[in-house]
Amino acid sequence: MKSSLILATTVKYIIPLLLIFSFFLLLRGHNEPGGGFAGGLVAAAAYALYAIANGVEEAEKFLSIEPLKLFSFGLLTALISALLPLLAGKPFMTGVWLDNKIPVIGKLGTPIIFDVGVYLLVLGVSTKIIFSLAQEEE
Amino acid sequence: MEVILVIVIGVLYASGLYMILRRSFVKVIIGLIFLGHAANLLIFTVGRISKGIPAFISIEGTLAENAADPLPQALILTAIVIGFGVQAFAIVLFKRAYQTTGTDDLDELNTTDELIQ
Amino acid sequence: MLYAVVAGFIFAIFFPAAVRINKQAGKIAAAVLPLGIFIYFASFYNTITEGNVIAQSYNWIPSLGINLSFYLDGLSLTFALIISLVGFAVFLYTASYMEGNKYITRFYIYITLFMASMLGLVLSDNIITMFVFWELTSISSYFLIGFNHDKERSRIYALQALLITGGGGLALLAGLIIIANISGGWSISSLADLNELITGHKHYPIAAILVLIGAFTKSAQFPFHFWLPNAMEAPTPVSAYLHSATMVKAGIYLMARMNPSLGGTDLWQHTILIVGAVTMLFTAMLSLKQTDLKKLLAYSTLGVLGTLTMLLGIGSDLAIKAFMIYLIAHSLYKGTLFLIAGIIDHETGTRDITKLGGLRKLMPITMVIAVLASLSKMGIIPLIGFVGKETVYASALEFEPFGTLLIILAIAANVFIVYITIAVGFKPFFGKLKPTPKEPHESPFKMWFGPMILALLGVVLGMFSSVVINSLINFTEIGVINKKLNIPVKLWHGFNLELALSVLTVLLGVLLYFKRDNIVNTLNKISFTKYVKPSYYYEFLLSSTLSFAKFQTKFLQNGNLSNYAAMIIVATIFLGGLALVSFGGAPNIDLTFAPTFAEVIIGIILILAAISAVRAKSRLTAIVSVGVVGYSVALIFIMYSAPDLAMTQFAIETLTVILFVLVIYRLPKYLPFSSMTRRIRDFILAGLGGLLMSLIVLFIIAEPMTSELKKYFGENSLTIGKGRNIVNVILVDFRALDTMGEIAVLAIAAIGVYALLKLKSNGSEK
Repeated sequence: MKSSLILATTVKYIIPLLLIFSFFLLLRGHNEPGGGFAGGLVAAAAYALYAIANGVEEAEKFLSIEPLKLFSFGLLTALISALLPLLAGKPFMTGVWLDNKIPVIGKLGTPIIFDVGVYLLVLGVSTKIIFSLAQEEE
Repeated sequence: MEVILVIVIGVLYASGLYMILRRSFVKVIIGLIFLGHAANLLIFTVGRISKGIPAFISIEGTLAENAADPLPQALILTAIVIGFGVQAFAIVLFKRAYQTTGTDDLDELNTTDELIQ
Repeated sequence: MLYAVVAGFIFAIFFPAAVRINKQAGKIAAAVLPLGIFIYFASFYNTITEGNVIAQSYNWIPSLGINLSFYLDGLSLTFALIISLVGFAVFLYTASYMEGNKYITRFYIYITLFMASMLGLVLSDNIITMFVFWELTSISSYFLIGFNHDKERSRIYALQALLITGGGGLALLAGLIIIANISGGWSISSLADLNELITGHKHYPIAAILVLIGAFTKSAQFPFHFWLPNAMEAPTPVSAYLHSATMVKAGIYLMARMNPSLGGTDLWQHTILIVGAVTMLFTAMLSLKQTDLKKLLAYSTLGVLGTLTMLLGIGSDLAIKAFMIYLIAHSLYKGTLFLIAGIIDHETGTRDITKLGGLRKLMPITMVIAVLASLSKMGIIPLIGFVGKETVYASALEFEPFGTLLIILAIAANVFIVYITIAVGFKPFFGKLKPTPKEPHESPFKMWFGPMILALLGVVLGMFSSVVINSLINFTEIGVINKKLNIPVKLWHGFNLELALSVLTVLLGVLLYFKRDNIVNTLNKISFTKYVKPSYYYEFLLSSTLSFAKFQTKFLQNGNLSNYAAMIIVATIFLGGLALVSFGGAPNIDLTFAPTFAEVIIGIILILAAISAVRAKSRLTAIVSVGVVGYSVALIFIMYSAPDLAMTQFAIETLTVILFVLVIYRLPKYLPFSSMTRRIRDFILAGLGGLLMSLIVLFIIAEPMTSELKKYFGENSLTIGKGRNIVNVILVDFRALDTMGEIAVLAIAAIGVYALLKLKSNGSEK
């Protein structure tokens, strides 16, 4: 599915912005509107746009990781974040936080890791669905 | 202000139900989407709405008395995303059925058991 | 005690692994387990016979009052000892009997599971816990009867046993819950003191009858008796263990256990007495036509179960004593005889008594054991069976005003039992040697050792009954009639009426044995209508249930999606409407907030878009309209302070549109399929549904609401969750487990999409 040159060129500049925005949404989600779900969906939309402009194969290359692996990894990340408190001797899924703030990210704790897992999973699931369907049509 | 939402919910439910009763599967999928919206708005409305005060904790560390209730919002948020997954699955499922059987008339799809045999 | 019960369950889990390591060791361990449990419970003997009880409790679902409570008194100790001892004999026996069976591991798992459940059943002090174990015994019995699952008969009869005992179990549960409601507690031992409260309650009759149905089905009382002979399809160790010594006595145990709390009324005593007496005589008579060793034994078991029930129904002190002695005696000799029948079957290849004879020289040890058990069963001095029968007769005799009737019934039933015993215990060993399908020789040690112990115990308990079981029985009676008896158990009561009747019984039994063929010939000439057989009604009920299910499936699940949807909608409108009507009154609508211009516009756009999607003739129009609806919903979220929702909704809507754009050209064209009448029908249904939902929302928001949760999240979101965005904190911290589930579902949906598409490409390759 090749599209117009205008779209392709526009997308080239918009995509990085969208991806940065999605990352921004993920990180600030704990205190401002955003979070893993919204961030992951925005990123997925960016890749979907890319796929419409340049074709699925290009988009897959651009993503550079198989979406199936991506969402498995996301699920695993979320699971690990839930298991981490066990190491600290706390019940499953208790939020554990580092005392010191880290630049850019802010406070780091297992809920943030969990949110990153959600982000990766949502991105992986959405791209998987859209790429499979698009491939089907080609 | 709730009155508008009440009417909107009613219309969304009615059109969703009507669409889900159709025989063409594209319409059924649209019906599913509408029912999803309707259910989300229903939860949203019965959780009481508030205007202009989102559920954020202020700098002073308190939540405003008349702020929105965060719990229904959290429920709806996941419901929206799950709804998307269900939609995608339904689209693919119907598409496959269409490709296999050559019809999208759901009335004709009631003998799948025999087809497999 | 928890460990003694749980040991079996743990064993069943680890047994397959153990067998893989070492097969022999696994089997030995399986026999050691019940022996260990037996020794464990035997160690309580002194404590219990000194008049103590032991109670232990572990929390299970404390909020519902359901605990793993165990209670050891004379009654449960007696049962626990029987279960573990017969278990030991059976497990040892199985190692040899099931040798070479492909599914032997599975067999051990089922039977250990059963033993553990049975122990749990007799030791439980909590009504619900007891019920759970009760059902577990039914289920393990189902697996064991159907163990030879390649035989159709096994499967049919396994199902029959499960349906009857399981159905009875449901009645029992209902009865027990009513009793718990009346008494206000779940502890069985505390019920004993509440007899007056329970029997005086207006719901008592229904509770008592439900409990009795449970007990009667489990213990195969008339008219539910027919599943037991059919259960003989199970391998012999199962018949010996479950269907004579233990499981079928669960119903008897239940009646005995509930006797102090539910008993004493005419309803209870008379029902039990009559059902027991009918079962005793009727089933013993049915044995006459049988020639199969195991079937014969099954009918005599039924006769004994009837007798035990009848004794409870008589309810006098002497009857309760007879009940306990007879119970112990029966478990010992009947288990033995079943195992002997299994040995004969195993060694000769047939269970048909007409084809067996003269095995005494070839199988001397088996013969001795069989004769010992048979003598006990026939009630010959000095075995425990003698003590048992003497006491049964004595208690039947003293029952006023129907003592004469009862004793005649009891003697008649026992004549048949003597007949069965001769046929099973003597016939195969004496007389002329008959050719059998297999060359018979003495069974291996593992097979005869267990039955020998049981048979010898029958002798020891009989000869020294005043010493060994006297005190145990005296304390058991506390469990049954809530008072301690001091009627000593004695072997020899002197020359009295009971002894004379015993002799008469044996003589008549021998006579019956020799006259059997004549009687059967006469019986065969009389044809009974099928309507007399209770099993006819079972089959009728089963087949009607199946045909109803078939009809209902055809009617309700006809494969038509819109029919399903229509049915759900109609039901929802009906039930929801009913609820609204019963709620009554008009909602107090708060109209103080006039909608702003923007709100009205968005509302109108949304409604128009929805209508346009419904009315669209082309796919493109429909999809654009769907998109407009979605974005309008997002705008609503923005207006009413839900920025997170709005953002998610925008993103999702974009993806949905992309999804549709990707597939749209492959989507089938819009065609007007439906007729006008159907559209009108659907329009009315949908309209009513929409109206109902609107009304529901109106009613709800008219009520005041204070959200405790909102307050909680407001206070704790920053301190505990370290976040200001409460919605997000809920998602990733407070309710993270839910989110975990949600994302797992998403992953599954994606895999489903992928698999469906992949499947197609594979399909086209073919």
